[in-house]
Amino acid sequence: MRYAETGYNLEIDLATGNIEKVETDPRLMELHLGGLGTSVKLHWDRVPPETKAFDPENLLIFSSGLLCGTPAFSANRTLVSFISPQTDLLAYPMMGGFWAAELKYAGYDKIIIRGKSPNLVYIWIHNDKVEIRDASYLRGKGAVETQDLIRDELKEPRAQVAAIGLAGENRVFTASIEQSRSSSSRGGGGAVMGDKNLKAIAVRGTKDVYIARGEEFRELIMGEVLKFVKLRNENHLKIAVHSPQHGAIIGSPQAMKYADEEWHTTGFAWGNARSRRKDFWTKETEESWTKSQTSAIKRLISCFNCTQQCGALISFKDVPRFMMKCFSKLTYTMAAYVDDLDFTWKILQRATEYGLDSFSTPQILAFAVELYEAGILTDADFAGCPSDNEGRFFWLLDKVVRREGIGDVLADGVYWAARKIGNGAEAFDHNTIKKHEQMNIKLGMLDPLYYLMYSTNEKISITQMEGNWPQGAIPRKEDREEFVKDWPQLPDEKFKQYLLDWESRGENANPYYPTPEMCCEIVDWMEMLHNVDDALGICAGWASFVLKPPYHIHNYPKIISAATGMDLDEAGLKKIVNRSRNLHRAFNNRRGMMRPDEKPPEDHWKKRFPELEENLLTTYYKFKGWNYDGIPTKERLQELDLGYVAEDLEKRGMLKDGQD
Amino acid sequence: MAKIKKKIKTIKVDADKCNGCRACEVACSSFHAIPKYSSNNPARSRIQVMTHRLKDIWLPVFAGELAAAECMGRDKYIIDGKEYDECGFCRAACPSRDLFKEPDSGLPLKCDMCEENAPGEKPPGEKPLCVQVCLNDVLIYEEREEEVEEEVILGEMEMGLKHLVDRHGLDTLVDTLARMVERD
Repeated sequence: MRYAETGYNLEIDLATGNIEKVETDPRLMELHLGGLGTSVKLHWDRVPPETKAFDPENLLIFSSGLLCGTPAFSANRTLVSFISPQTDLLAYPMMGGFWAAELKYAGYDKIIIRGKSPNLVYIWIHNDKVEIRDASYLRGKGAVETQDLIRDELKEPRAQVAAIGLAGENRVFTASIEQSRSSSSRGGGGAVMGDKNLKAIAVRGTKDVYIARGEEFRELIMGEVLKFVKLRNENHLKIAVHSPQHGAIIGSPQAMKYADEEWHTTGFAWGNARSRRKDFWTKETEESWTKSQTSAIKRLISCFNCTQQCGALISFKDVPRFMMKCFSKLTYTMAAYVDDLDFTWKILQRATEYGLDSFSTPQILAFAVELYEAGILTDADFAGCPSDNEGRFFWLLDKVVRREGIGDVLADGVYWAARKIGNGAEAFDHNTIKKHEQMNIKLGMLDPLYYLMYSTNEKISITQMEGNWPQGAIPRKEDREEFVKDWPQLPDEKFKQYLLDWESRGENANPYYPTPEMCCEIVDWMEMLHNVDDALGICAGWASFVLKPPYHIHNYPKIISAATGMDLDEAGLKKIVNRSRNLHRAFNNRRGMMRPDEKPPEDHWKKRFPELEENLLTTYYKFKGWNYDGIPTKERLQELDLGYVAEDLEKRGMLKDGQD
Repeated sequence: MAKIKKKIKTIKVDADKCNGCRACEVACSSFHAIPKYSSNNPARSRIQVMTHRLKDIWLPVFAGELAAAECMGRDKYIIDGKEYDECGFCRAACPSRDLFKEPDSGLPLKCDMCEENAPGEKPPGEKPLCVQVCLNDVLIYEEREEEVEEEVILGEMEMGLKHLVDRHGLDTLVDTLARMVERD
C-alpha cells in the first residue's frame, strides 16, 4: 500500500502514441518526497544537458505534490517542469486550481510527456483509461474556452482540464498553461506544450488517496491548521504589512477582495519597469477603481480544498467571462500607463484566452513601446498600430501571440528580442534575471536579502521565493517587540534577535544589516520552506510565501509523517529538500549556469555595493556548500546521498578534486 | 397515538457564498472512509458541489434518499438567468445519473449528518464535518425539535403484508392465504 502518493506515473510518448502506467520506486519518496523533488530527479536522470526546449527529448512533466488530493488544505498545486525556451534552464511554474488532486484520484502522481505529436491532440485520462484524442477542432481556441469545449465533448462536467491558447500553439516564450482559475505561467510551459502539439490534458478520477495514520492526520489538519486559519481570518496581521490586502494574506495577497492599490501603484514602477508615480493614488482614483472592481467581480473563488478566496470570476460589461487572481490586476495596466482600471478586465480576458504569463508579457509590450519611442523600432514596425496607450497594447498583444511582424521577435521575450533587434535595444533589457522578466520594482538602497534571493534562486521569480521574513525592517521598536512575541513558525529563536535589531536607518539597516551571515540563514530558511511546499504541492500562500503562516517547519514533519507513515523529524525534512535543492542546482550547473549568471536585475537598486555583493554571494555559496562558481561541492553532494551527481560533474570536468 | 419530540436536522445551503473549493467533499469522504480518515475521494462524498464556473454556478447538494426508479420527467431550472443542469437540485441517488453512488460498487450514498450508530462515530465538534470545514458559511447546520405523532414501527412481515393489503385488498389476501393453507 502506498500512502499520500499513488505510486504510479503515466509515461506518454506523443510521437508514437505509446502510453504506459509505471509503478514508481517507493524509496524516491523517502529521498525526494514528491512534486518538485521527484520531478527534478526525473529531469536529472533523463534529460541530458544538450537537450533544448524544443527538442523531442525535452520532458514535459505535469506533477502533483505529495499531499495533493489528501485532506491537507491548499494541497492543490500542479507543478509543470521542462527546459525553458527562454532561460534554457529548468523551469517549474506551478498552478493551483483543481487539476493535481484530480490526477491523484485518477491514480497517478505525474504525467511524463516526451516526443512531439504529428497532429494537434489532447490527452484524456479517466482513471485507468487513457487516450490521445484529436484536437484539430480546438486549434486557435482560447485556453479558457477550450476547457469547457473538452468537458462538453467528453460529456464529463467533472473533468479538470489544463489547456494552452494560441500563444502556446505559436510557441510564444511567455505562453502559459491555463486551468480553472489558475495558470502555470513562468518560463514558457505553454510553448513547450504547443511545440509537442499538445493542446490540453483532461483528467477525471474517482479513486481513493490513502493516509497512513488517518486520525492523527485529521487532528493536525482539521484541528490545528484549520483553527489557525480561522483565527487569522478574523485577526489580520497589522505589523510588517504594507496594505489591507497584505494583512489579510493567507493565500495570495487579497487583490480581488480589496480595491485599495495605493501601495502597488505608487511604489512599483510603471511602463517597462521604469518610473514610479508617487502621486498616482488620489481620492478620485480610489473611487473609480473601487467602482470598476466591484462591477467586474462576479464572485470570489477558491482553488481545490482551500478555505481562502484569492481568485475571482470576472464578468465585465460585454467582455466574455474569465477568472483571475492577484497582481495580474495591475501588470498590464501599469505597463501600459493606463489610469483606468477598466482596461485591466478587457486586456486580461484576451491575454488569458491567448494563454500568457501576465508578469512577463506586459513588460515585453512596454519594452516595445520604449524602443519605438527611442526610435529603435520604427513606424514600419508599428504600421497599423493605434496611438493611444490602450489600443497600442491590444495591437502589440495580438502581434506577439500571432508572431506577426515585430511580434515574432518580441514573442521570445525581452532578452532575446533585444539582441535580435540590436541597435542599442540591449540597454532596454534592464529588468531580467537569467533572461527572464522580473517584477516591476525599482528601489533605492540595496537589500542584501533580496540580492541573494534574486541572484541565486532556481525559481528565477522573486514573487515565489520570498515570504516568511518581513519585506523591510519594521520602523518602530515597539512594533518589532510586538511582532516577535507571537512567532512560533520560526525555525530558530535567534531570528527574533535579528529582527529586533534590524532598523530602517542607521548602522543596523540595509545594506550592511542583516549581515551576510544572517542573510544566508534567513534566505536559506525561506528557500527551504518553498522547497517543502513545492514537493508537497501546498500553495505557497499557506506556508513559504506569507508571514506567520499556518504550515511551517514545526508542523510539516508531523503532517508528512502522519500522511505517509514515514517517521520524519525537522532535520530529516530539511535534509530531503536540501538534497533536491542541490540536485536541482547541479542540473542547472550542468546546463551552464554559473556565478556570472547570478545577479539581480541591472538597475533594480540605485545604490549598489559591488564589494559587499561579492561578499554576499561568496558567503552564501560557502554556507550552501557550493564552490566559488556556485556548484555543489563533492562533500556536500556526498553527504546528501548524491554521490552519483558528484561523479557526473567530475566526469564533465565541472568538479575537480581538491579545488573546491 | 402519542405525540413525541423529533429532532429535525438541516444543513442550510447559502449557495451565493460558495466559492467552489470542495473542502466539504474532501472532509465527507475522509470521515466516511473505513477505517475513518484512512482515505479520501470526493467521488465518494455524500455532498457534491455542482459546478459550472463561467456560468457562476457553485451549488453544494447533499445526498438524500435512494430513488429506485427514475422520475417520469426531468426538471431543469433557470434562476437569475443561470440554467442549472438537469435534476441539478435533486438529492437522490437514482438510475438516471451516476451521482451519489460508490464509484466501484454503484451502491447508493446518503448523507447521515455524520451521525452513525456506534458510539464515538461522530466527528469531533457537534456539527457534520462538511459544515465544520466550510469557513465561508455556505453550509449552516441547524437543529430544531418538532412534535410528531409517534410512528408505529412495523415488523418486516407486517410491512410486506400491509403492502399486499394496499394493493389487493384485505379480503383477497385472506382468501388467498386460506387457499394456501388448504393446499398445504
